[in-house]
Amino acid sequence: MKKISKENLTKLFAAICEEASLILPLKNNGMTNFALWSEGDEVDLDTLKTVKSAKDAFFPQSETLYNCHREDGKLKISPGERMDENFVVFGVRACDKRGFEVLDNVFLSDPVDSFYKARREHGTVVALACHAPEETCFCSTFGIDSAEPGADVDTWFVEGDLYWKANTEKGEKLTARLSDLLSDADEKAVEEEKENIRSIMKKLPYAGITTEGWGGEAEKEKFDSPLWEELYKPCLACGTCTFVCPTCQCYDIKDYSTGEGVQRYRCWDSCMYSDFTMMAHGNNRTSQMQRYRQRFMHKLVYYPANYGGMFSCVGCGRCVDKCPTGLNIVKVIKAFSKKEDK
Amino acid sequence: MQELVKRAKELLADGTVTRVLGWKKGDLAYNPEPAFFENEEALSEFVYDSFCGANLSKYMIEASKKEGKTLVFLKPCDTYSFNQLLKEHRVLREKAYIVGVGCAGKISAEKMKEAGISGILEVEGADALNPSETLKVKTLYGDKEVSYKDVMLERCHVCKGKDHMIYDEIIGESRDTLDGDRMEKVREIEAMSPEEKFAFFQSELSRCIRCNACRNVCPACSCRKCVFDSTKFDSAQKANVDSFEEKMFHVIRAFHVAGRCTDCGECSRVCPQNIPLHLFNRKLISDMNEFYGEYQAGADAETKGPLTAFTQDDIEPSEARERG
Repeated sequence: MKKISKENLTKLFAAICEEASLILPLKNNGMTNFALWSEGDEVDLDTLKTVKSAKDAFFPQSETLYNCHREDGKLKISPGERMDENFVVFGVRACDKRGFEVLDNVFLSDPVDSFYKARREHGTVVALACHAPEETCFCSTFGIDSAEPGADVDTWFVEGDLYWKANTEKGEKLTARLSDLLSDADEKAVEEEKENIRSIMKKLPYAGITTEGWGGEAEKEKFDSPLWEELYKPCLACGTCTFVCPTCQCYDIKDYSTGEGVQRYRCWDSCMYSDFTMMAHGNNRTSQMQRYRQRFMHKLVYYPANYGGMFSCVGCGRCVDKCPTGLNIVKVIKAFSKKEDK
Repeated sequence: MQELVKRAKELLADGTVTRVLGWKKGDLAYNPEPAFFENEEALSEFVYDSFCGANLSKYMIEASKKEGKTLVFLKPCDTYSFNQLLKEHRVLREKAYIVGVGCAGKISAEKMKEAGISGILEVEGADALNPSETLKVKTLYGDKEVSYKDVMLERCHVCKGKDHMIYDEIIGESRDTLDGDRMEKVREIEAMSPEEKFAFFQSELSRCIRCNACRNVCPACSCRKCVFDSTKFDSAQKANVDSFEEKMFHVIRAFHVAGRCTDCGECSRVCPQNIPLHLFNRKLISDMNEFYGEYQAGADAETKGPLTAFTQDDIEPSEARERG
């Protein structure tokens, strides 16, 4: 266990940047999001949840796959750039860290997504334990421990110090590189902090939420439930829940005419959108009820069916915070368990 | 609130309406959701408190296609939207039974979090008609207090007034919440140099995640198919290819709703990135007031809007060029 005082964090960030770029929560006009750090930026490690998750670090909202243009009368195709420099994502919460694992299953299994893989290989994740969990948090439902995220490096704020513990080879390497700034520390303060966090987690309003009854085997029963018809009604069909979500991984591939050529890019898609999975013959989901159902079926049924029972919700609660009409995955889970009680 | 439920039950029972459009209790202290109640029993979950900011008038587009009348609860500012939708033939008057509900200004959890309150468990004093001046908030981290005014939505500080523009009956009295000038920020931006203006909007709009919440909640955005959703043109967008595009979406949207936007403030309320989108609309409202005379969209359902009526005194396009 190592530590560094809060006052020296800027020095730590600068030292990280000597050999890597650094992505961490920055405040812009009152809103905090993960972004590339440079000296003088307003770092915000107090806000528990960034608006968007840390997902962009490995799976950005849009990225160019290749460009086509004419050169000397011939068509030239240049592939998009794969990440080839090291970077550090700092201040990732345990839920977002699990989110990366959800994405790994999808993008690192055959066929491997080379853009994603390059970022994963070059990125080191420094997680930050959740000093003050919020009422919208329910990561413990998915077996996540917000007191000990288990990333390449885990950190904890205790009073004026940031405690630092490397868990992986990547983490050890980063720690060794920053050794001039980190001093040795004992684990006592961190152990107390962990206990404190875990005791708060037990008191949260969503502490009792369980995934019982969900999973791959529940497909038909859940899909056919009349409940969806009631649940979707206030849904605006906007993409807020999907775009703030750390695990939503659906994307679209589009061509953009640059005037002189074509830029083929991919961007996040949302199952809430009318042209989601649109095919030549049309769309297999034609109503908002079907689109709404798709989102939760994917998180709680289809994904676990495909990946050994792992759910693709991590309980970060961003959809709870951000849905314009107060809908969210917890309300869905509750509605189903209420019905089963009857 | 009980009065609203009682009246809804009466209107359901005597067959005046076949369903009720209102707000349903959330699962946290602050997240009620818009809801259709199909029968008396369902109304046990009805709620009307200070967190019921959602404007229900746009849901009346769907409700107008259903059998029978829908009882809809509208706050004073929501009735402007309803009128505007009526004017555009998007909702049917005969399908709505409008109960105008009193409003004392709406608040949001987002604003409470901005005020430094997190871990919200219970909020005391968030009564829709008679809220406490100071809210008592039970949180995971102890009891907190916050002034009601400090957590009120921006739009309530520049409230259009206590009167409902259209209704069948009114329940509950509204309260004055106006304590600001809605064009103040617009004038501030107008006074900026072009470079400063660009930097201001660049900084705000760079946070946009293209979730379309502003568009989808907007009662003026009622096109059956939005040009930004069309797969036939390059205009279809789910993400911004470059920083020009993110501005294009918001600027085009602002122009499209010009003269029809009632300044209901829903766009800014729902933006997950807290972008002050209402400023675009207010700039256009301010310009139209100057060019065509004072006009409030949705004040009634008949008057032609400034951009849909032609008069010989209309401003010449050349004047816009001269203004720069």
